[in-house]
Amino acid sequence: MVVLWTDALLYFLMFILVSGSYYLTTQVQFKRPLEKIISNKTGILSLVVLMFFILIGLLDSIHFKASNNDTQAIISLLDYVATPLRTQTEKTYSAPFATHLFSKENIQVSSQESIWGYPRLKYGGANLNNPETEKLGDISRKTGLGFIKGMLVFALLLACMYYLSQTVTAKNFHIWSLLGCLIVISAILIELSCSYHILGTDKVGEDVFYQAIKSIRTGLVIGALTTFIMLPLAIVFGILAGFYSGWIDDLIQYVYTTLNSIPSVLLIAASILMVQVYIANHQAEFTSLLVRADMRLLGLCFILGLTSWTGLCRLLRAETLKLKAMDYVQAAQALGVTNSKILYRHILPNVMHIIFIAVVLDFSALVLAEAVLSYINIGVDPTTYSWGNMINGARLEMAREPVVWWSLSAAFIFMFSFVLAANLFSDCVRDAFDPRRN
Amino acid sequence: MLAYIIRRFVYAIPLLMGVNILTFTLFFVVNSPDDMARMQLGEKHVTQQAVENWKQQRGYDLPLFWNSKASNPITKTIFYQKSVGLFSFNFGISDSGRNISYDIKQRMWPSLAVALPSLIVGLGVNISIALFMVLFRQTYIEIGGLVGCVILMSISSLFYIIGGQFLISKLLHLVPISGYEPGFNALKFLILPVLIAVVSGIGSGARWYRSLFLEEVEKDYVRTARAKGLTETQVLFKHVLRNALIPILTGVVVILPVLFMGSLITEAFFSIPGLGSYTIDAINSQDFAIVRSMVFLGSALYILGLVLTDISYTLVDPRIRLT
Repeated sequence: MVVLWTDALLYFLMFILVSGSYYLTTQVQFKRPLEKIISNKTGILSLVVLMFFILIGLLDSIHFKASNNDTQAIISLLDYVATPLRTQTEKTYSAPFATHLFSKENIQVSSQESIWGYPRLKYGGANLNNPETEKLGDISRKTGLGFIKGMLVFALLLACMYYLSQTVTAKNFHIWSLLGCLIVISAILIELSCSYHILGTDKVGEDVFYQAIKSIRTGLVIGALTTFIMLPLAIVFGILAGFYSGWIDDLIQYVYTTLNSIPSVLLIAASILMVQVYIANHQAEFTSLLVRADMRLLGLCFILGLTSWTGLCRLLRAETLKLKAMDYVQAAQALGVTNSKILYRHILPNVMHIIFIAVVLDFSALVLAEAVLSYINIGVDPTTYSWGNMINGARLEMAREPVVWWSLSAAFIFMFSFVLAANLFSDCVRDAFDPRRN
Repeated sequence: MLAYIIRRFVYAIPLLMGVNILTFTLFFVVNSPDDMARMQLGEKHVTQQAVENWKQQRGYDLPLFWNSKASNPITKTIFYQKSVGLFSFNFGISDSGRNISYDIKQRMWPSLAVALPSLIVGLGVNISIALFMVLFRQTYIEIGGLVGCVILMSISSLFYIIGGQFLISKLLHLVPISGYEPGFNALKFLILPVLIAVVSGIGSGARWYRSLFLEEVEKDYVRTARAKGLTETQVLFKHVLRNALIPILTGVVVILPVLFMGSLITEAFFSIPGLGSYTIDAINSQDFAIVRSMVFLGSALYILGLVLTDISYTLVDPRIRLT
């Protein structure tokens, strides 16, 4: 078992998230917004999709040393499950569901003869003797098999849930049907990906589907950890600046205006350079490639967190200024309640809705930002699987004839569904918590 | 008013100093002047003498912040020597030997040629879509529009650029994929970047303007206007649009000065020789003089934008007075 920094933080964050949401359900003032979220169909369905992505990300965040081979490489639980996908690499590009390589080369027919053509793939459709005629039948047979397996798993889950709790009702029909769809689709994809490259392979012959799934964790870490780093800064400074006017306010305002006025890309670029130099100077501490890439990912999260807290800080400062003039705060001050107690009891609960809204809004923005940063080489490590790196690698291949489209499409589909789910959920949270929208 | 503006500009000085100190520390924590010299002169076959000469020429042979040997410990440092010029907008010579002020003057026009049309066309498109959604509020048209906006928002800007280049330039051959020419020939190179910038901004822009319009629509004066018997379109254009333009315009004013800086991503993809690609090149070649100048310029323009916003508030809303 190897615990990377981002793994530990991600699980810690999940713990906070779960206990935090439990705490929310016990508080009276959050009862109505929470009910509103649950009754919102789009919101709850996007939450299910998000949970599905998060689950994959969490599976990918349990690392251990692979002991079956002598390389002692660190792999994650997801890697272990997807061992066929990880190890079945081809020579170079191949299209989705292809049985032959994308580019022509010399094929050795016998010891003397060789012909110029498309060689068969080592793994993609290797079970077929005659790919031209058998492929379609094989694919549909495997799809059917996956469908049945998925249905069985889902039925089992449904039955268990029905006996254990009373959550399977007609009212929750939409949630369960979406869950069923997700399970069946993943079962079909798993079944198919065992014998085909369902999204093709990339330049070095690596399965694109595997890359796209591995990228989920990177997106999740960037979105979640950055928010986690940014929140305490924004909350503490924002509320302090609003509550204590005078030199504290001036100082905090000065700090965030300074940070804000530097173009953020330049700030990120300079800081990433710093992380890189630090890693280069401390080679001995980073035993493997994965640990080094992880350090850089963590560094990126810190940097993004340090550059993005200013927006929320400003909002919180304005709201605190408004709250400070409210009667109940002044009454508390007149009664001699200490400042720290006023901040904790009266100010913080009343700015909570702004914090929730900012958190969910920032999440999707950060996932999108990662792709852009990776494009200008100041994002995650080039060896880390990420959608940005996938786009970056595939971009130049658009000039090829015929076009290598699958890497880009895979990154697009995964990123789009992840961000769309996050956006829809954030809309739902905003509707529920924003007092102006009632 | 004048006193206010003067005070704001005086406030700008400590801000810009803070920015400058931050850039200095960030850059020199990772890069010693020796590294920079080696980078510029080529990694290999550089004698220590050549490095010293390079540092001497560029003025990097002094200590960073504090010179304990000199008679005046503050002025005889890299920080002081390099910062004084910035405050008079004299950017000096880049580490690779080019005149930065000249480069900036040359490169800001292409940046502006992309950024300004994108802003104006985008504003028009977003306002029209938002008004349309508000006009048909609580119908399927609005729901469809909102769903469309969320979908547009969920697509990475990289895909807009790659998709646009592929569809319009490679398949349809309507405009060149990338490049730039000065003068009127620039037009054919500018259409695609502007189009993509507009389309990628619709999602968030139209939604934001819609929420501004909706806030106005529910106010009392709009209800009065309706009660007087004005039609819905008259209400929207005469009352709602005019009043909602106040936050929209002030939101635009704040980014007007920063438009000169250009867009990093767009300029890199379309190889437009603007300030955005200038900055990226400088980051990649670790040309500190350029990075520092661009950070300083960006911060100064940002502060200018803040001041302009305050002034524009007083111009469009007579209730606000600056003191």
